[in-house]
Amino acid sequence: MRELILTRANHQIDPVLHVWGWEIPVYLFLGGWVAGMMILSGFFVLQGRHRERRCSCVLTPWLGLALLSLGMFALFLDLEHRRYTWRLYTTFQAASPMSWGAWILVLVYPALAASILVQPPEWLTERFQVADRMSAWVAAREGVVRLVGVANVALGIALGIYTGILLSALGARPLWSSAMLGPLFLLSGLSSAAAFVHLVARSEPERVLLARADNLFLSAELVAILLFLIGLASSTAVHEAAAALLLGGPYTAAFWVGVVGLGIVVPLVVQSLAVRRRIHHTPVAPLLVIAGGLALRFVIVYAGQESRWTAVLSGLLARLA
Amino acid sequence: MVIDTRRCVGCMDCVVACKTENRLPEGLNRDWIAYETRGAFPTLSMEIRTERCNHCDGPPCVSCCPTGASHVETFGTLVLVTHEMCIGCKACLASCPYDARFVHPEGYADKCTFCIHRVREGLDPSCVSVCPTHCMHFGDLDDPASGVSRLLASRRGHALLPAAGTGPRIFYLD
Repeated sequence: MRELILTRANHQIDPVLHVWGWEIPVYLFLGGWVAGMMILSGFFVLQGRHRERRCSCVLTPWLGLALLSLGMFALFLDLEHRRYTWRLYTTFQAASPMSWGAWILVLVYPALAASILVQPPEWLTERFQVADRMSAWVAAREGVVRLVGVANVALGIALGIYTGILLSALGARPLWSSAMLGPLFLLSGLSSAAAFVHLVARSEPERVLLARADNLFLSAELVAILLFLIGLASSTAVHEAAAALLLGGPYTAAFWVGVVGLGIVVPLVVQSLAVRRRIHHTPVAPLLVIAGGLALRFVIVYAGQESRWTAVLSGLLARLA
Repeated sequence: MVIDTRRCVGCMDCVVACKTENRLPEGLNRDWIAYETRGAFPTLSMEIRTERCNHCDGPPCVSCCPTGASHVETFGTLVLVTHEMCIGCKACLASCPYDARFVHPEGYADKCTFCIHRVREGLDPSCVSVCPTHCMHFGDLDDPASGVSRLLASRRGHALLPAAGTGPRIFYLD
């Protein structure tokens, strides 16, 4: 037996670390969602589908700008020393994923704006001559259109993976010590984006295409979750204890019922039936996927903060107040 | 820093001295006492020790900092935080396996500085200077001829959570 008692009772640190509340899971979810939408709209642009007025890629960049701004506002709310936020942009710290993220976000905004110019809505070109001229300039150059598509796909992948790497770089929290978190959050972002585009798609072929793509992303997400858990459970005792938070510990029900069951398996079954024309496409499955993506970030961020290197010292880790 | 666990009695003088010297807000501490019990009854053993930031060799709190506020000070290779550069993102709090950091009510990440303002003047950190059992020893571990290096070489000791891989630079004599 090893029992550790500390006299420390610091706010947000004891009895278990809880420095990140709702703001960070919301930011990671919205960032992943926007990343998924950038990849999808970039892919559609590369395919030339943006020429169709009914293409969902007309809507997604606008939504991306709005959701990303909302996510960054949540991130801003989380900061404790807000008047120094500008310090993020006076330096680049190569070893810090958060610094990478701050600069990736700077590139994401112009990429989304450029993708709006590839297929601008009529009200924009009618009201603003500058937008009309810029849009015409872009449309006349196939190379530029392709560059916008590639930039959206590349930055979408970078943004999606970054939201996972941000956590996995913090080795002091064993639950996050997994290279699978980056791909898992990217796949979750893709599945949320595909679900949303499936929900708002105005053409039937696009709706079916997105439902099929979503099924693929959800299946891959299940594999990523399995590898994530196997990786932890087959590692050191500290990582095993971290995995136990999701495998019998306090986050088991939220993870297996909320994230895996309702967020992945149920919509996967519903959408598989829908693409086989056994049932109609309804908003139920896409909404479950989106809610599951949000639940995944909450469970991973909250459970990860509870995981710690001292967890294996004793079955009873007490701290005096 | 080298701490003799056979001398530490957990009196918490170091905790009070730190709070007073560094004017820490109520309810927040840069150092604390740990009581670790090992074995099975009746062959139990207890180690009492004073803990704080380990000023690691490979500090994850420095590498994860997005602004460079957390840094390794060239003077004494201490890990410090520049308050005016810290945005309060709390990545450093999450990156520390010792949970040695906290958010100061003014918004920046706070932690033990080894009382660098005293050390620059040739004084010991306040916790070391008040210890009634003289269990704490402060000096240059990079200098093999220093008092702390010779003390560490003379006895068996251990660092905290070495498997976390951060290279802690506080050693506890068994």
